[in-house]
Amino acid sequence: MILLDGVSKRFVVYGKRGGLRRERKVVTAVERMSFTVAAGEFVGYLGPNGAGKSTTIKMLTGILSASEGVVRVAGLDPARRRAELARRIGVVFGQRTTLWWDLPLKDSFALIRHLYKVDRRRFTARLDELTELLGLGEFLGTPVRQLSLGQRMRGDLTAALLHSPELLVLDEPTIGLDVVSKATVREFLARINTEEGTTVLLTTHDLGDIERLCRRVMVIDHGRLAFDGTLDDLRATAPADRTLVVDLAPDATPLVPPQGIRLVRREGPRLWLAIPPEVSAASVVARIAASHDVVDIALHEPDIEDIVTRLYGRTPQDQYS
Amino acid sequence: MVRAWFLLAWTWTRAAAQYPGTLLAMILGAAVSTSLDLVAIVILFTHMPSLGGLSAAEAGFLYGASQISFTLSDVAVGSTDKLGRHIRAGSFDAMLIRPVSALVQLAAEDFTPRKLGRLLPSAAVLIWSVPRLDLSPSDLVLTVLMVLNGAVLFGGLWVLAASVQFALLAGHEATKAFTWGGASMTQYPMSLYGQDLVRAVTFTVPLAFVNWQPSLYILGRPDPLGLPEFVRFLGPVAAVVVCLAAVGAWRTGLRHYRSTGS
Ligand SMILES: Nc1ncnc2c1ncn2[C@@H]1O[C@H](COP(=O)(O)OP(=O)(O)OP(=O)(O)O)[C@@H](O)[C@H]1O
Ligand SMILES: [Mg+2]
Repeated sequence: MILLDGVSKRFVVYGKRGGLRRERKVVTAVERMSFTVAAGEFVGYLGPNGAGKSTTIKMLTGILSASEGVVRVAGLDPARRRAELARRIGVVFGQRTTLWWDLPLKDSFALIRHLYKVDRRRFTARLDELTELLGLGEFLGTPVRQLSLGQRMRGDLTAALLHSPELLVLDEPTIGLDVVSKATVREFLARINTEEGTTVLLTTHDLGDIERLCRRVMVIDHGRLAFDGTLDDLRATAPADRTLVVDLAPDATPLVPPQGIRLVRREGPRLWLAIPPEVSAASVVARIAASHDVVDIALHEPDIEDIVTRLYGRTPQDQYS
Repeated sequence: MVRAWFLLAWTWTRAAAQYPGTLLAMILGAAVSTSLDLVAIVILFTHMPSLGGLSAAEAGFLYGASQISFTLSDVAVGSTDKLGRHIRAGSFDAMLIRPVSALVQLAAEDFTPRKLGRLLPSAAVLIWSVPRLDLSPSDLVLTVLMVLNGAVLFGGLWVLAASVQFALLAGHEATKAFTWGGASMTQYPMSLYGQDLVRAVTFTVPLAFVNWQPSLYILGRPDPLGLPEFVRFLGPVAAVVVCLAAVGAWRTGLRHYRSTGS
């Protein structure tokens, strides 16, 4: 469904005027990126700010042409056959709407029906279905500029799916949404993928989206693919410390962390210990329980956030401080 | 493409009609400004009976014809001069993901029937001048062709100027000078301007073909520059050249389009 082979995208930017000449700089947003996505997959596309996610998506949708390399989406070269491709894919930009600001939602949808040449019967059925699933009923008659962010996002999702595309590309679709709206959107996306077989590519900074939706994750950093695999693989590739939370009895002897174990934090009788991936948690638990009076003990698996921050090459933030 | 344009234009008209107050105000505003135009031109014509060696009727003929051409082109593709704004707002990206030419979407964006209102004064001037000139039926046919050809040429200029905005994001103002400036120049007889300027205009921006050269033929006048007879009929060639240049510039702009960084 998607194929990228050695794709780069460079932008030439001009710095401030220094005398007569302006400083010319080349920003490489995407660098020799190669991957494929098969039909029916649900792929999460992750990366820190400025990693090149949106740039990749713009190349996939034909908005930008690649500086080098081969891009194929649904067998087409997006930049050259943009209009043809548009009929087969749906695109949502979370940051801004693809709808017409001054048109009521239902007029936008009617216009989309004409632009995409969807026949009336199929359109009506599809719109009814999407309206039901996304709860659009109340604001179908409202101009887009009067919609709240969450309402607008549901409108944009509907607009992207009215023509039943084979591929849905989403750039931060859950940005700024509250918990309820997020849940609605996630549930909806999962359904589109499983029931209609739509291939989905999603970028997000919300790792909750990834954990709930994506069977496959791609992580990019500085325009390069840093990881490509399942969520479990991701956990294994960039193993992060597990955290052991120990509650000591009030009169217990002070705990000295065993060799190789780091004391992360202490709060009264409660201690947080970081256990490196190569150390068996069971042995640590056994040692502590044998020498100390322990009230409670709990082991936390590393969060995907820690793993991802590691991949981004930064020091992971201590989640307990 | 034409179908998509009408579809979008109709949708925008309906959207504007949802606010009858604003629509009415816009129509009134347009009527007032075009009437003022008309008053100015009447004063000019009545006080300067031989404007650049032409009679009032001949000057009116030139004015009416060029204004109709310009208004038609403005209605059809005038919104393309908002390209820069759409790029900055990100709405141009939204046009690019639709299965209809982005140029057509841009051209039809924000269409209002109000623009058609500007046809009235110019049509009035033309209709006033025609019976005062000694025109044969074939001249009338030529006049219609000249107006349409002029509209196509102006349309090409709009698109050409808009394409420049791809490179020059803040090019909105420059575009305006190019097209609106061009239109007000052809409203008055070319011989009013210096010969060098006219020559430059004839050969660089082929604005003179909009109505000056064909009108010389229709009005049976010699060319003050003494250009050969066949130049009177180069209008369609100029229009085709401008349109080809416009399509080329648009495609180039689109190929190098870089979107915005968010
Ligand atoms: N139109 C442009 N002109 C110049 N540079 C650009 C442009 N678009 C993107 N960039 C640069 O390319 C790099 C990648 O940007 P991109 O928008 O793809 O990042 P992203 O992964 O989507 O980030 P975010 O998470 O912040 O949305 C950045 O360094 C950005 O400054
Ligand atoms: Mg982005």
